[in-house]
Amino acid sequence: MASLARISSRLSRRIPLARAIQTSADTTQLAQDASHSEPFTVKLHEDSFRAYRTEIPGLEVQVTKDGLLSMYKEMNSMRRMEMASDALYKQKLIRGFCHLAIGQEAVSVGLERGITPEDRVITAYRCHPFAVLRGGTIKGVIAELLGRQAGMSHGKGGSMHIFTPSFFGGNGIVGAQVPVGAGIAFAQKYMEKPVATYAMYGDGASNQGQVFEAFNMAKLWDLPVVFVCENNKYGMGTSAERSSSNPEYFTRGDKIPGIQANGMDIIAVKKAVEHTREWVLSGKGPIILEFVTYRYGGHSSTQDPIRGLQRYIEEWGLATEEELKKLDKEAKAEVDQAVEEAKASPIPFEHDLWTDIYYNGYRAPIHCVGVSVKRFTTI
Amino acid sequence: MAARASALSRLALASSKARSAPSFATRRAALIRGYASQPEHSMTVREALNTAMEEEMLRDEKVFILGEEVARYNGAYKVTKGLLDKFGEKRVVDTPITEMGFAGLAVGAALSGLRPICEFMTFNFAMQAIDQIVNSGAKTYYMSGGNVPCPVVFRGPNGAAAGVAAQHSQDYAAWYGSIPGLKVVSPWSAEDCKGLLKAAIRDPNPVVFLENEMLYGVSFPMSAEAMSDNFLLPIGKCKIEREGSDVTIVAHSKMVTHSLEAAEELAKEGIKAEVINLRSIRPLDIDTIKKSVKKTNRLVIVEGGFPAFGVGSEICAQIVESEAFDYLDAPVERVTGADVPTPYATNLEALSFPDTPLIVKVAKRALYRTN
Repeated sequence: MASLARISSRLSRRIPLARAIQTSADTTQLAQDASHSEPFTVKLHEDSFRAYRTEIPGLEVQVTKDGLLSMYKEMNSMRRMEMASDALYKQKLIRGFCHLAIGQEAVSVGLERGITPEDRVITAYRCHPFAVLRGGTIKGVIAELLGRQAGMSHGKGGSMHIFTPSFFGGNGIVGAQVPVGAGIAFAQKYMEKPVATYAMYGDGASNQGQVFEAFNMAKLWDLPVVFVCENNKYGMGTSAERSSSNPEYFTRGDKIPGIQANGMDIIAVKKAVEHTREWVLSGKGPIILEFVTYRYGGHSSTQDPIRGLQRYIEEWGLATEEELKKLDKEAKAEVDQAVEEAKASPIPFEHDLWTDIYYNGYRAPIHCVGVSVKRFTTI
Repeated sequence: MAARASALSRLALASSKARSAPSFATRRAALIRGYASQPEHSMTVREALNTAMEEEMLRDEKVFILGEEVARYNGAYKVTKGLLDKFGEKRVVDTPITEMGFAGLAVGAALSGLRPICEFMTFNFAMQAIDQIVNSGAKTYYMSGGNVPCPVVFRGPNGAAAGVAAQHSQDYAAWYGSIPGLKVVSPWSAEDCKGLLKAAIRDPNPVVFLENEMLYGVSFPMSAEAMSDNFLLPIGKCKIEREGSDVTIVAHSKMVTHSLEAAEELAKEGIKAEVINLRSIRPLDIDTIKKSVKKTNRLVIVEGGFPAFGVGSEICAQIVESEAFDYLDAPVERVTGADVPTPYATNLEALSFPDTPLIVKVAKRALYRTN
């Protein structure tokens, strides 16, 4: 929390009267009685958002009991999937890298709830929840991590490279997905589709030169892209203040407006996503959306997005602890089953080494007998 | 910016060279065989590239071009001349000087259904963007298990230019040629440029299209077939520009010019050289080269790139690893650019790249004729 204090003191010098962003997961209040059947209004904490060159989104949000409960279930599924991945990694069943998003479930689930299936998302290597929520399956993700045929990339991509028709990965080079995301948005505008593209990156990637290149072109051409900075306060092992001369990432787009949002409260996340989606689709050009989050969960339950939502549901009388436990158990069972099915999937065929290199199939350019490859196949 | 200003002024230089070249080109045209009928048309390489893009943009609305100075300035080398007037700002997009950014943007547009032609003012500047070309462009189809194709063309002048020193004179054929997932084309003639660029734009894979600044203003004959708007050349096939039985000379891009001139010189001494224009670096048409080597028993490979780990090295390796090795009557020899950063001074620059006399000399060495 010392780091936050530093940010806030710097803020107070730069932006008069600005306060630090609220990062508790459970500060939203009822604005009217909670209904079990009808939408009802809740009010976000007044420090849930900060804005740069624009207004903050409204604090009153309409929610439904079913919506909150299904978000709770989905966040639990994502948490359970990442925990299962962690266990498989520790058992050495997952190779190489395995970046988990434990503690950042409000961002993935909240983003998905704020956009449509036609919208586009691209992110870096912390991609498992998005791959599932954008049309994939938990089994498909786990099988990919295990390097099996049933993996969403048939075992060829691994943890960092998973795609769906509306989700463009799963990219391993820090920052490179940001201009690619601008290009996806360029294509939507070119084809005159009312589609928003969410190009996601971390606080670490935000210092890559190509991120600023993408900002510049997006603003120059008013591309319908939301640049989403997931600020978990650490780029690999280096804290934001040690890497960024300006760690207020939502202000780093120069002429591009920005919103900073509490990334731990899923209701605030969903609201911020809806707000930015509307912004880019109204033709105003790009916007930056910074989510302040904690990786691997926070220091206490108020910094855990799932426990935060649980508190809302219980305090607003929408479900009992037992009912929520039941949902949690269902999520666990769903993940357990997916893990078993993924483990049962066979490893890739050896001849698949040579497929998917070129769209039209592959004719090995190096097909001399002397080239020492273990298995040589021409398809 | 000084470098870029010089790149622009270099255009004038290349053009003036081209203007002095017609007799040169006509002479070469006479050397070229294989046209079905006597060609009635001729075209510069620049016009061929421009026509290829125009035809493909007319055919497919998803094709668009982006790059520095491609629209209002009509291209630093005028390759995109007139396209802005014909297709408008939506499809001919001037970018900021931001190679990594717009290369990534082109990849993103390709991943989501468009067919971008991404022009680099020169491939020297594409080094800023090579991560996007290699890691985002070439690998996504494989990494996604065949779910996400990337139909993008990266094109622009490649290789040594005149008088622009080390940072603006380099051949990237070997760099991109080593990357699985990329197709790499290095055309020579106007016919090559038209047929291969159209094929590259229609190809569902990422294609690196390596042009040569010195050839932009050179005219070549065009057959009626090549003038057609359905003229496509297959990527991955080379072309025998001149048939012969004594020695095989393999070259790409501008070195085809020198190789054909060398073949003409050799013919005066009764040596029949077979000249193969590679056209594609990857996939490499090694079968045609092998067939030629089995006929001539001698192989010389000519390129403007650095010698180490180069296109010539790869062809040599593939030949000696194959059954064609048994047919060789002399060591394979590479004729390449010198292993130095390209120097500025005229005399030093001239020493850095293969020329016709050098190719003649090496071809004769392969025939054990040293006079």
